[in-house]
Amino acid sequence: MLKERLIQYLLLALALTAVLSLAVITVFILREGLPVLIEFGPIRFLTRSEWAPTQGQFGILAMVVGSLWVTLGALLVGVPLGVAVAVFVTDYSPPLLAQVLRPAVQLLAGVPSVIYGFIGLKILVPLIRDSMGGAGLSVLAGALVLGIMVLPSVIAVSEDSIRAVPQLYRDGALALGATHWQSLWRVVLPAAKSGIVASIVLGMGRAVGETMAVIMVVGNSLQLPSSPLEAATTLTSNIGLEMAYASGAHRQALFATGIVLFAFIMLLNLVASAFRRRTIRA
Amino acid sequence: MPPVEVAVKADRAGRRAVLMLLMGLATGCGPVASSAGGGISVAGSTSVQPFAELLAEEYAREHPTAPVVNIQGGGSTAGIEAALTGAADVGMSSRELKDSELAQGLVSQPIAYDAIVVVVHPDNPVAALTSEEVRRIFAGEVDNWSQLGGGDDRITLVVREEGSGTRGAFDELMMGDTRVSARALRQDSNGAVRVIVNSDRNAIGYMSLGIVGDFVKPVPLDGVTPTVEASMAGDYFLVRPFLFTWLGELSAPAQRFVDYCLTAEAQAILGLEGLIPVEGA
Repeated sequence: MLKERLIQYLLLALALTAVLSLAVITVFILREGLPVLIEFGPIRFLTRSEWAPTQGQFGILAMVVGSLWVTLGALLVGVPLGVAVAVFVTDYSPPLLAQVLRPAVQLLAGVPSVIYGFIGLKILVPLIRDSMGGAGLSVLAGALVLGIMVLPSVIAVSEDSIRAVPQLYRDGALALGATHWQSLWRVVLPAAKSGIVASIVLGMGRAVGETMAVIMVVGNSLQLPSSPLEAATTLTSNIGLEMAYASGAHRQALFATGIVLFAFIMLLNLVASAFRRRTIRA
Repeated sequence: MPPVEVAVKADRAGRRAVLMLLMGLATGCGPVASSAGGGISVAGSTSVQPFAELLAEEYAREHPTAPVVNIQGGGSTAGIEAALTGAADVGMSSRELKDSELAQGLVSQPIAYDAIVVVVHPDNPVAALTSEEVRRIFAGEVDNWSQLGGGDDRITLVVREEGSGTRGAFDELMMGDTRVSARALRQDSNGAVRVIVNSDRNAIGYMSLGIVGDFVKPVPLDGVTPTVEASMAGDYFLVRPFLFTWLGELSAPAQRFVDYCLTAEAQAILGLEGLIPVEGA
């Protein structure tokens, strides 16, 4: 009985540690980042693109725009590919092939991001430079690398939600004379829609948060990119790039960038879990 | 002690000290003054770091009984902060100290000077530039090699990130009040700049003379080829100091290491590595 109790408290303590670390991180980045955010003005911080931290100019618009472009590009690459793989695995693949595909996708999730970045830098960037012009280090390179990196979460969650569609739906559609593809496209995928949207939002979170691979291929320039072949900076890559040398207000401004990022990721996660709940109820 | 063992020890102690430094930076309050494991801790500029490591190795070989010298990177600003808070015995900086930093009682000693070299891809036909041209290139006013006698290609600018000593020195000595173009690609090390300039035929960047190597082509500025000799003679103007800095009195072992770095022998080692020796050493 005493032993039961002990284990219960131990587990409680362990569970609290996880929550506590989130609380500590939140308090910490707020404490470090808020002063400069308030002093410089949150609106100015978000809407100006001039970033010269050693001269007291903290405008992160270029990074916000850079993050949005790179993330959007990653989704354009990753979502069609990911959903296609999920559909193939659930509906078309011979069982043996599916047994190879699934662990392969999981392995993809285990490849360290620096490897993705390195391959991007050594293969993708020269390819883009030679075939399309520009410096190669570009929004496009970032989007392609991230597009591959979001695949595992898009595939896994989409696959789950497609499997969660009751067999009755498929049977009903087939009984009405629909072909396999028609039942999939008109019935199964619409029924799995919330889960697929959740997978997209999760992939988005991954893309927005990725740092290392992005630093290596996106070029890190502070301009507002006007074409996919131009370089950009994302919120995360700027923090990663500058943290080593930052001190004083510069470091606080990086933490303030972290607050923006944190808020953004929180929002994405809330949206994703809302969609997920809808799937379960459906 | 065989050198391997020293290195392993230095590495381990180094990691501990870096961790402490990071923790100090992260919490925004200085950690307690301490040098890891009784050694001498030296931290700061990543430009100075490889040369300080070289001197520390040589110092350990010649003075086997002396305390181990641990060298860490982190950047000039972090090094100066570490010297101020006592997280490191000696800070390394690749830029002059600011007045605000000197006002807090920091002492500085140049251990060498370093030339910053403007570099282009080895195949770039442009053979020389004036400093005015370089300024206009990095400001983004000149953005095509054809304007400089090269092919009709858009210039790829590669610069260091803000806060880096190399960037600070380049901005101060070369750019003055002119802003660097927002188009410029930013990279966080000399090595990364070199990789990009080496792989992009249209790139131009800048880095320490000591690490140019054969991968990129140094560009003569205002008719002066960047060399150790030209910098020593005062003909090449893009030169910055490599500083050791500390607060108040150095401990005796640390002072001995700093003194060693200024001996003719140590200065000769730095000279071979492409740095400019301190005069009168």
